[in-house]
Amino acid sequence: MRVTSIALAILLTFVAAATAAAPPSLPDIEDEVMCVECGTVLSVSNSPVAQQERDFIRKQIAAGKTKQQIKAALVDEYGEGVLARPEADGFNAALWLVPIGLVLAAAAGIAVALRRWRRRTPTAPADLPPPLNPEDAARLDAELSR
Amino acid sequence: MRVFWPVTLAAAALVGLLAYGVVSKGTDTTLDQAVARDERPVAPIKALPWLERDGDGSLADYKGKVVVLNVWASWCDPCRDEMPLLQKTHERIAGQGGVVLGIDTQDATEAAKAFLTKTKATFPSLRDRDRSYGREFGVSGYPETFLIDRRGKIRALRRFPVTQEWLDEHLPKLLQEQA
Repeated sequence: MRVTSIALAILLTFVAAATAAAPPSLPDIEDEVMCVECGTVLSVSNSPVAQQERDFIRKQIAAGKTKQQIKAALVDEYGEGVLARPEADGFNAALWLVPIGLVLAAAAGIAVALRRWRRRTPTAPADLPPPLNPEDAARLDAELSR
Repeated sequence: MRVFWPVTLAAAALVGLLAYGVVSKGTDTTLDQAVARDERPVAPIKALPWLERDGDGSLADYKGKVVVLNVWASWCDPCRDEMPLLQKTHERIAGQGGVVLGIDTQDATEAAKAFLTKTKATFPSLRDRDRSYGREFGVSGYPETFLIDRRGKIRALRRFPVTQEWLDEHLPKLLQEQA
């Protein structure tokens, strides 16, 4: 068992190292880049500007650039809007922080609403009905014994 | 009836956001209407990098000249088709205080330079890499052309490729005006 775990850890280390060292491919980058004119992810666009962006990426890959360098070069050419997922710094941080803030606010709202709803729900046991008089009790017993 | 305010506010905010999204994606025709009413709106000015030389330039560099401002991109086929007419116009109006100024938009620099070489266009071009300048003109497609008089005011615009007829209709009048 222990040997298997060690072998697995070594294998994972090799895989991670190989992935990090591998040169980027066009499909790797296409999913993280926008077609600047069509407003869709580059991988699903076939417009002329999308073809130009692909040519640009291919040339960058051929020049031995890393994925981050290629994305930076794309921003130099087409502006920040070319990134499907903007960098989380400066004003762009709002794109990440606002949705998180909204989710937290919604969760807080639900928690407050639940607490109020619980307070309104009666917790004391309902009052028992008054006991039957002897005559009614005898009739009930007779009915139940049939 | 009891109103649950947080839900109402959240719904109103969502509707507002959707409305903003729809309106902001629409075509801005403010400039078209102003030009059609001959209001002569002032052309936006913004410093942009030159495509074929170092440094920045803008419309302010052409104060006192009639400017044919053409928005183009190398991947745009209609832009390629109108380049010979724009180059011919540039050469024709140069001696009369006129200039064609290109705004290369959402384009790869090397591809744009190769495009100018191939089409033999020698008029100057600025780079509007993310169309932020073009949006100030309500640019929604390519090519688009704006005629700017010697006082920096927009006098005519065309949201399609230019034609000789359209240029002949507007340019002589502007070239005759004094600054």
